[in-house]
Amino acid sequence: MGLDFSVVPPFFDALLTGALWTVAITISAAVLSFFGGILFAVIALYAPWPIRYPFRLFAWLFMGTPLLLQLFLIYFGLIQIGVDLPAFVAGVIGLGLHFAVYNSDIIQAGILAVDKGQYEGARTLGLSRGQTLRKVVVPQAIRSVVPPIGNNMIALLKDSALVSVIGVTELTLSSQMAISRTFRPFEFYVAAAACYYVINLGLEAGLRRIERRIQIAR
Amino acid sequence: MTGNPIINIRHAAKSYGSLEVLKDISLQVTKGQIVAIIGPSGSGKSTLLRAINDLDPLTSGEVWLEDEQVNKPLPPRQYETHINKVRQNIGMVFQHFNLFPHLTVRENITLAPKMLKGITGAQAEELAVEQLTKVGMLDRIDYYPSQLSGGQKQRVAIARALAMKPKVMLFDEATSALDPELVEEVNLVMKQLAEEHMTMIIVTHEMGFAQDVCDRVLFMDQGVVVEEGPPDVIFKNPANERTRNFLRKHLRGRN
Repeated sequence: MGLDFSVVPPFFDALLTGALWTVAITISAAVLSFFGGILFAVIALYAPWPIRYPFRLFAWLFMGTPLLLQLFLIYFGLIQIGVDLPAFVAGVIGLGLHFAVYNSDIIQAGILAVDKGQYEGARTLGLSRGQTLRKVVVPQAIRSVVPPIGNNMIALLKDSALVSVIGVTELTLSSQMAISRTFRPFEFYVAAAACYYVINLGLEAGLRRIERRIQIAR
Repeated sequence: MTGNPIINIRHAAKSYGSLEVLKDISLQVTKGQIVAIIGPSGSGKSTLLRAINDLDPLTSGEVWLEDEQVNKPLPPRQYETHINKVRQNIGMVFQHFNLFPHLTVRENITLAPKMLKGITGAQAEELAVEQLTKVGMLDRIDYYPSQLSGGQKQRVAIARALAMKPKVMLFDEATSALDPELVEEVNLVMKQLAEEHMTMIIVTHEMGFAQDVCDRVLFMDQGVVVEEGPPDVIFKNPANERTRNFLRKHLRGRN
């Protein structure tokens, strides 16, 4: 049985829909992981210990266990305690929180690397601790960690394939469904890989634009 | 001395463990006075300056801004509110500028007034234009700090401090990090402030500037004020041996 890529075009629509779901999941989870990462970083660095220690446990849970397991827990496990989430929402929450914890580590390092003079400059003007953090320190920290956060976002795009196992018909699941009808795994996995590649190119171009824009403001 | 002091430091002392960096220093500065603090590095002059807005808290002693104690002993939360209010009246300029690199020149100047004084966007714009005109930087209003020279950065930093309309300005070696050819533009702005009778306390290594602009000069060494007086006396006829030694080293090569 040779390779025959002519089996792919009839499934263009299904693959395209899958690709759009992948993009939707990636963007939603990326936004959640970005703002969640900032929040977690501030908690990890500045919250009083009754909040900080439980948070560490939570962070450890997300860093020390497989993402796949976390998705199962959120989608299949939470129903038992009455939390019945749609698969898409469960996927976004799982991916988003998982990467928020990783982003938080990076952002913490970024915050700690902001020059002490920046705090002094802000506090001397009369800004409070919170205002200094919000307006001066965190924005600078974020700018300095855009490249590593960007790498995480690319990893997030690729890991979004995992949500296929909880039934989100994204790119990977769409191609699997096409395969189950055509028995042509090679052709469809290659087609899916090509789609991921194209989405990745778009993501990288977006990240480069952000990096260029903030270059001067550092 | 005439008039009530704007800044009144009483028996200021500070130590790190057994190392005493400030030993029982008292200093009054009245409205419109320009005081230079000179001395070798490690003499405690920057520490004293930074104690005035409680950036470096004293171990003991009091700092008063007019009739309000700056380093008032308060529970942490109340202290935070108190010090943020007090600091709005004390402008400070740093050796390394400490401009906010992620904000434009305009935003650097308007950030604190907008957040703390509740002014409108139009008033903030007016304030930025007014202060930048004063320091001759209006044409750079939309630039980012990374696009400015050191001298320009420091002029913007001065404008940023002035935008809070402080009662006193503290200068912590404002020209020490600048290339020699950029020092003059910053000195000119400071001279202009002096002519407008801004109360200023200036920690500096620029003896010429201290001599030209200041009303009083304090010579500090090893945490104490060794000698103080009008610049003519301190620079031309110092009474103390340590002052003479310091000035001899510092003025060598001048003239």
